[in-house]
Amino acid sequence: MASTETTPQSAAEAPGEDPTGPAADADTDSATAGATDAPAGSAADAPATAPAEAAAGASATGASGTGPGPAAGDLAGLEAGLDALDSAVVSRQPWLRTAVSKAFPPLVAVVIVLGLWQLAYHFQLKPHYLLPSPLDVYRSLRQKWLEGTLLSFVWTSVSRGALGFVASVAIGTVLGLIVAQVKAVRAAIGPILSGLQSLPSVAWVPAAIIWFGLSDATIYAVVLLGAVPSIANGLVSGVDQISPLYLRAGRTIGATGLTGVRHVLLPAALPGYLAGLKQGWAFSWRSLMAAELIVNAPDLGTGLGQLLEQGRELQDMSWVLAAILLILTVGIGIELLIFAPIERRVLRSRGLLVKS
Amino acid sequence: MTTSTLTKPAAADTGNTGPHAARIHHVSKSFGRPGAQQHVLDDISIDVAPGEFVCLLGASGCGKSTLLGLVAGLDKPSAGSIETPGGRPALMFQEHALFPWLTAGRNIELALRLRGVPRAERRTEAERLLELVRLKGAYGKRVHELSGGMRQRVAMARALAQDSQLLLMDEPFAALDAITRDVLHDELTRIWQTQNNSGSAAGNLSVLFVTHNVREAVRLAERVVLLSSRPGRVAREWQVDIPQPRRIEDSAVADLSIEITEQLRGEIRRHGQH
Ligand SMILES: Nc1ncnc2c1ncn2[C@@H]1O[C@H](COP(=O)(O)OP(=O)(O)O)[C@@H](O)[C@H]1O
Ligand SMILES: [Mg+2]
Repeated sequence: MASTETTPQSAAEAPGEDPTGPAADADTDSATAGATDAPAGSAADAPATAPAEAAAGASATGASGTGPGPAAGDLAGLEAGLDALDSAVVSRQPWLRTAVSKAFPPLVAVVIVLGLWQLAYHFQLKPHYLLPSPLDVYRSLRQKWLEGTLLSFVWTSVSRGALGFVASVAIGTVLGLIVAQVKAVRAAIGPILSGLQSLPSVAWVPAAIIWFGLSDATIYAVVLLGAVPSIANGLVSGVDQISPLYLRAGRTIGATGLTGVRHVLLPAALPGYLAGLKQGWAFSWRSLMAAELIVNAPDLGTGLGQLLEQGRELQDMSWVLAAILLILTVGIGIELLIFAPIERRVLRSRGLLVKS
Repeated sequence: MTTSTLTKPAAADTGNTGPHAARIHHVSKSFGRPGAQQHVLDDISIDVAPGEFVCLLGASGCGKSTLLGLVAGLDKPSAGSIETPGGRPALMFQEHALFPWLTAGRNIELALRLRGVPRAERRTEAERLLELVRLKGAYGKRVHELSGGMRQRVAMARALAQDSQLLLMDEPFAALDAITRDVLHDELTRIWQTQNNSGSAAGNLSVLFVTHNVREAVRLAERVVLLSSRPGRVAREWQVDIPQPRRIEDSAVADLSIEITEQLRGEIRRHGQH
């Protein structure tokens, strides 16, 4: 630490003062060194040598202002040339074009499905009260919209889903960290936790109703039981996937204990953790719909699940289909608008996103 | 013309009490349960003097990485002791081991932060270290945007950020192409000399460099220590008196390399005879 104050000056000048810098013929020599050092690869290396020298020479003259001595400048220039030749070229497509090219194929698929549906309606594959047309569904959506109730149904469900999800993240993260880090806990509840993921969360609804009655608590209990295991499991597998190299490197620079968790373990586990969060959201949303379908009480407020159930009671098929479409749209929308961009950003910044 | 002097392996434990950057004292290491043990290292003694550059040479699997891990404190020896009076050594691997979620500059700043450097000074210090490894513009670059050689230089800067007096290097250039490796040899020699010429004794930088490449060892080291395999023992040491700057193709380097290679092959051959 004592050297910190004194070194910046001397280090900046060092390349020039260094009497032992490599000889002036550094770049030609290194080319031969490459050939002699790796006889097997020398033939393949040879073509790369000429451009390497050319680039090195070019940048050496360009960088001569920074490296005063000719010898130091030569090594610096050689290095600059190697760096320039070997660095990945990062180019990004224009945002709009990516969006259009991504959105087009699914749009086509949707149009085809709508077309087939319309055909089935047209040829009366089922009576109209069982299979309404896309237009009928649109009309019943429009009617709810004009009544001014549609957005409040969506909002009721989305706010419940969001609240349940946030609580699940808080619990699932702590639980996941403990399971990942404490051997005894992992042995005890690790298998149960991953087994729970395959339990459909509707199965919790009867139990929750017995415990909490027809209340918000029942709905949130089902959401938590559905989402917490996948979030915790995501974090556990994120931690398991961390290359031991990062942990070793972290320890050698002094990241141990909680510092290590914060600066190495958590950021390194982020890709797996994000995948867990994404799945956790999907599970929250599904569990919420299952709960809303069954937990139906007038004072609870009407969410999309309840809307769906009302449609069934009235035997109004276009209402039912409209509710299904809304549920699907919200689920996909949140995934596309929130999770996908975050995940893409994290993966891209780590060079983990393979460009198609 | 003598470019090298031979030292007996026993030289290290003749009670040398002078100052040292690392003292590996009768260290043994075995893995596995009692009964089915694998003796990887057997009674190894090596002293690294302050400012000294030592290369540890040996065939693959002879326990070089294990020994370096012991010196770094990542694992405990089964017997013997290891002292590193200058504090926790810095360690560099064959893989750069930079954190991909941080930029090059932030990787270095994390090491500075964990060393206790105040926030206000970190940025300047990181820029200085990047300049030392001649990567002035790389502060904001992501790890995956850098070439192999650049990554190892950032890793070197991060290791230097620990301001440790002992730098442990585990085949740091083995995965690089020959041209880049050659340049990094020059860089490492330059940085090592720069640190040791900076005046104060506290600024001394000792290097313990592991490789299986004989020429690389002779190109870099002041002293080459040859390890035998299964179990790893110090087979022989050479003092390398060829003046720096050396080139890997120098005839003096080649001559000593031939001699060491002969010895190394002898060690390997013993295992084929049973
Ligand atoms: N954690 C470990 N558990 C069991 N055996 C190990 C462990 N680490 C290393 N070894 C064994 O020790 C020997 C030396 O390994 P290593 O130090 O990596 O060799 P080198 O770096 O010289 O190639 C190898 O035979 C390896 O199988
Ligand atoms: Mg090794």
